[in-house]
Amino acid sequence: MFRLKNPRIVLVQILIFILFIAGWKALTTFGIMSKFFVGDPFVVAARLYDWFSTGMIFRHLGITLYETVVAFILGSVLGLLVGLWLALSPTASLLASPYLKGFNAMPRVILAPIFAVWFGLGVTSKIALGITLVFFVVFFNVYQGVREVSPVTLANARMLGASRAQLLRTVYIPSATSWVFSSLHAAVGMAFVGAVIGEYMGSSAGVGYLILEAEGLFDINGVFAGVILLTFFALILDAIVGIVEARLLHWQPREATTVGAPA
Amino acid sequence: MPGIETAVPALALRDIACHFPARGNPGGTYTAVRDSTITIAPGEFVSIVGPTGCGKSTLLNVASGLLKPSQGTVEVFGKPLTGINRQAGYMFQADALMPWRTALENVVVGPEFAGMNRAEADRLGRDWMARVGLAGFEKAYPHHLSGGMRKRVALAQMLIMDPKVILMDEPFSALDVQTRQLMENELLELWQADRKSVMFITHDLEEAIALSDRVIALAAGPGTHPIGEFKIDLPRPRDVAEIRHLGEFSRLHAQIWEALKDEVLKGYAQGKR
Ligand SMILES: Nc1ncnc2c1ncn2[C@@H]1O[C@H](COP(=O)(O)OP(=O)(O)O)[C@@H](O)[C@H]1O
Ligand SMILES: [Mg+2]
Repeated sequence: MFRLKNPRIVLVQILIFILFIAGWKALTTFGIMSKFFVGDPFVVAARLYDWFSTGMIFRHLGITLYETVVAFILGSVLGLLVGLWLALSPTASLLASPYLKGFNAMPRVILAPIFAVWFGLGVTSKIALGITLVFFVVFFNVYQGVREVSPVTLANARMLGASRAQLLRTVYIPSATSWVFSSLHAAVGMAFVGAVIGEYMGSSAGVGYLILEAEGLFDINGVFAGVILLTFFALILDAIVGIVEARLLHWQPREATTVGAPA
Repeated sequence: MPGIETAVPALALRDIACHFPARGNPGGTYTAVRDSTITIAPGEFVSIVGPTGCGKSTLLNVASGLLKPSQGTVEVFGKPLTGINRQAGYMFQADALMPWRTALENVVVGPEFAGMNRAEADRLGRDWMARVGLAGFEKAYPHHLSGGMRKRVALAQMLIMDPKVILMDEPFSALDVQTRQLMENELLELWQADRKSVMFITHDLEEAIALSDRVIALAAGPGTHPIGEFKIDLPRPRDVAEIRHLGEFSRLHAQIWEALKDEVLKGYAQGKR
């Protein structure tokens, strides 16, 4: 993701962005749609500037990011451990399977009110919701990843004298990492959803709370500003996962490219 | 080699049978191998030839301890085998390297499992990389290496463990002819240095004759079993490219092919079905 990009592509991307903003602005300027419903990009930008220049946003952003990161880490670790365990233990997997399927099929966002009752309106209930969302994404990918380990590589390691613990460390886990990372990209988004939905359903701080508050005042520009802010930080977190991924998966073959070939 | 018959074999498969669950027939079984007795003397190079799909890999898996036979026993230097065959090194037909490890890290995996310290293992690993002609490629990942180089890494990975018995499953079948002959000669050279017992699977009769002390021919499946044994009294050291021109080589080839021909045709007919 953070590769050097072709400047022409970047130019076109910027152009698309400008066109989009211009179109948005035009909608209200020429009265095609009401400002009440779609807001005004300039006001949204001013609002964002306001939030940052007064510093009021940092507390809310800090809380939302804190919930997101904690839910992401705990949910991923839990998903990784349970995924490894069930994938390597056929009996446990057989026993747990109907419950996991049921829990996964359940629209878990509706757990938010239950968590609010259990853990109050503070950060804990949001983290709990985030964990339930993150866990399944990571769990299913780890499970799949371990199941797809090459049987030949496994047999080879056993012939070379690997114990069960050594197999886990040198074959199962490295082989599952690419699956884990593809799930982590989705998991970051899930952690964000958990935090923001949790805040939206009841809280006194966080970006979700800001959106809820703006909505209550029919302040569509405030809602948009919150949404844009969340999108931006979700992208940043995703990019961080991408960087870690590129570091850990540097052994993977990439699409071959030559140097100096005419475009 | 005098006395070989009386000595304790390095590897003995006795009356082996392997039944697998039949495909497309739940509850049924498919007998891949039956009544198979194969012994390999210490220091002997034995090739097993047979039509594709007849059960060669199955026999090798039994010898390695990775697969428990339905019937029969395996003995390693006279001791019954239970679990993985710790005296054996196994070179698989398919790519078995860990793609997330560099060539050197792959070569030292066995010593690492055995708890050898890092510096010592690296020194040994570099030494083996050089012996299989891969000096300078220590840091390369498997996907950056050619098929022949990956086979060399696999060879070093196995030989670094100094196994008494070597099991090889069509190790060179995916290589082009030139690379293949090079590697066959290198294998013979390494083997000549400290004669280990080798059980070498191939479907290529010429390769079998060029490398071996003895060639065992297998029947086509189902129910594969040895149908003939042939002593190869060609002089050593050998060059696999040149030895093919000896009159004795052609005579052996004709003799073994005579025994194998019908089975290959049977196997071919089954494959077409
Ligand atoms: N694990 C297994 N389950 C079911 N059938 C198997 C299994 N392994 C091998 N077979 C069958 O046994 C036969 C022999 O296989 P294999 O030993 O791989 O042949 P070869 O190595 O000679 O080509 C084949 O028909 C194959 O389909
Ligand atoms: Mg085979």
